Amino acid sequence: MENNKSHTGASLNYGLYISVWLGLIALTMTTVALSGMNFASLTVPIAIAIAVAKSVMVAGYFMHVKFDSKIFKIFIAVCIVIFLTMIVLTFFDLTFRTDIK
Amino acid sequence: MSNESEIIVTQNSEMHIHRDDEASKIGMWLFLFTELLLFGGMFILYAAYRFMFSDAFSIASIRLDRIIGSVNTIILLTSSLTVVLSITALKRNQKKFAIFLLLFTMICGLLFLVNKYFEWSAKIQHGIYPKGPEMANLPDGEVMFYGLYYVMTGLHGLHVLVGLIFFTFILIFVLKNKITSENIQKFENSGLYWHLVDIIWIFLFPLFYLIHAY
Repeated sequence: MENNKSHTGASLNYGLYISVWLGLIALTMTTVALSGMNFASLTVPIAIAIAVAKSVMVAGYFMHVKFDSKIFKIFIAVCIVIFLTMIVLTFFDLTFRTDIK
Repeated sequence: MSNESEIIVTQNSEMHIHRDDEASKIGMWLFLFTELLLFGGMFILYAAYRFMFSDAFSIASIRLDRIIGSVNTIILLTSSLTVVLSITALKRNQKKFAIFLLLFTMICGLLFLVNKYFEWSAKIQHGIYPKGPEMANLPDGEVMFYGLYYVMTGLHGLHVLVGLIFFTFILIFVLKNKITSENIQKFENSGLYWHLVDIIWIFLFPLFYLIHAY
């Protein structure tokens, strides 16, 4: 197992990356198949959840975040919190406005 | 005497090639966050207009080509795999294999752009483009949808092009042995950029091509 790690901590195992890729392709096929079905108000959340799962796989393995030092995870978390704050604030505005729709 | 001078030369050259790979990586990530927030702003715009014009967005998204969208998704995911494999191959000192994988990645990127060209051409032929003849007949919500579609996939396509330019330089550096297993951070950073472009597409694809209401 020692040989599977480089000095930066990233994995040097081809098989690991190929299995992540197979997972990504499987999730893509799932999301395309599901788009033909009607989940009413859950349609958007399901598609977003699959996209989030795929992004976590790409960031975690392909971008090596899983193997990197903790500071990168903190950075990413801060970035995501800022983005979600902006979305929530925008939707507070949209939902409570009366002059649109 | 000669031994002493050799030591001095080694020390000097070591000082000369001093690098901080971790700092370089942090710098790249900080840049990637600015990219995320650039696209994030547009994702918020998309969410707001989808909220206001949900029916029109569903109708408009049915007219996008799901097959081209799916094929492009698979192409981009595969290119992300081959770039990470290429970096791994170079770390394992398998230079030829690394070059092959990098070339494969670049071909994937080009294929993505070629598909995008055909997709946009088909839309433009139908008069669906900003200020196009067909756009005048569409309701406001659908005009917003196609506007966002062109801006967001266009900006994303531009990023694919920039990634390809990065990889062209990396390819030259690898061929000239300026990037080797001991000095790979430039390649890793370009790879990070490519994966980010992939992640953005992972969100663009369902939001524009797949989410229809019934």
